[in-house]
Amino acid sequence: MISVLGLVAAGSLLVLAAALSLLLRLGVERSIVWAGTRMLVQLALVGGLLTLVLSPGRSIWWSWVWVVGMIGYASGLATRRVPEVARMWPLALAAFGAAAAVTLGVLFGLGVFEVEGRSVVPLAGMMVGNSMSTVVLASRRTVEEVRERRAEVEVRLALGQDARGASASCVRDAMRSALIPQIETTKATGLVFLPGAMVGLLLAGVSPQDAVMTQAVVMFLVLASVAVTATVMSLGVARRLFTADHRLVGVAPPPS
Amino acid sequence: MVDALTLEAVVATRGDRRVLDGVSCAVAAAAVTVLRGPSGSGKSTLLRLCNRLDVPEQGRILHRDRDVGEGDVLALRRAVGMVFQKPVALRGTVRDNLAVAVDADDEEYAALLGRAGLEGDFLDRTAAELSGGELQRMCLARTLATDPDVLLLDEPTSSLDEESVAVIEQSVRAFAEGGGTALWVSHDAGQVDRIADTVLTLEQGRVRQ
Repeated sequence: MISVLGLVAAGSLLVLAAALSLLLRLGVERSIVWAGTRMLVQLALVGGLLTLVLSPGRSIWWSWVWVVGMIGYASGLATRRVPEVARMWPLALAAFGAAAAVTLGVLFGLGVFEVEGRSVVPLAGMMVGNSMSTVVLASRRTVEEVRERRAEVEVRLALGQDARGASASCVRDAMRSALIPQIETTKATGLVFLPGAMVGLLLAGVSPQDAVMTQAVVMFLVLASVAVTATVMSLGVARRLFTADHRLVGVAPPPS
Repeated sequence: MVDALTLEAVVATRGDRRVLDGVSCAVAAAAVTVLRGPSGSGKSTLLRLCNRLDVPEQGRILHRDRDVGEGDVLALRRAVGMVFQKPVALRGTVRDNLAVAVDADDEEYAALLGRAGLEGDFLDRTAAELSGGELQRMCLARTLATDPDVLLLDEPTSSLDEESVAVIEQSVRAFAEGGGTALWVSHDAGQVDRIADTVLTLEQGRVRQ
């Protein structure tokens, strides 16, 4: 357990970072202090709410409400970060929802974790947090691939391929780009860095073997959720770029 | 002569510019019709409308007396094939490129290449490594692979060597003599004389026949 005094002592690291900025005249000291303070307030608020949601005797449904809220908020955030895709919110919602259904379904369905608030909320948090960048990356890459290879897509359409077939190669490349960062992270886990969940467990006094087992499960969860969100987003965004009669309209047309 | 394509009061815009302003004309079947006009006059737009890569704002286009806006658009695109100005190599070999258009055996693929003046041994060549002229001929073969009755050609020889130009002109003439219809965009006066049965001129958004 970390005491308030311990937290204040650790806060000196924030001061150190701000001091470095001042010393080197980087001009980001206020941002550093603001970011640290904001993080602390957000965590305190979340901690308070989690205490309410996860308190003994509280219905598991409150945890699920928390998960739904997290997914809704993350979808809104992703929508703001990809303005080039029209009607992005329902698509992001579907991607996060599908990833949650698949990953949490497998972990709870196969009894890897017990269905209780203490497991539902953090696992869903890991899933959503790690899938966020994939949702954004898969969407942007899909639009960019189709834009850069517009001529190829239109040749395929002109040959009578449907929109899905004509954009399949672009979608595959976009998905590959979106998946590679997480694949690389997974490969480096344990060698180059210790993930947050594992560090937390070790600091909480859990044995390294148990921490490793939990972390491995979390990494599987993250990989699967990233794969599902990349699939839903790339296919969904590609579909948005075409009309029902298989015309490419979502990226700039060629000159007349 | 029967008309393969008929345009009725077709209007199309690009951004806020009206590129086709009530175009009405007919493209005769089993013949080569050349479409000419100044740059930016909407020639490419007109071809794209016929292949339904774009749709007109007003008016309609008939293929064999049937509105191209009705029925199966994918079947229409296979029947009204398009060869673009800039040849595009899809990934893989020449065989892979032809397979996008039709599932056939090597003998049939070689015959298609032959119609575009290429030898059968091109099948194993990587499409992206072909010269400009070879690539455009492969693109013609790929479009012919869908067995179209109309060929739309958007300045297909504008950046090719003389030999490739002659081969493509010959291939398209053979296509027309075999009952096919070609609508060919060209700026080249000599080429118009060599290949055209009919000439359409697009000026200020209208067609002069």
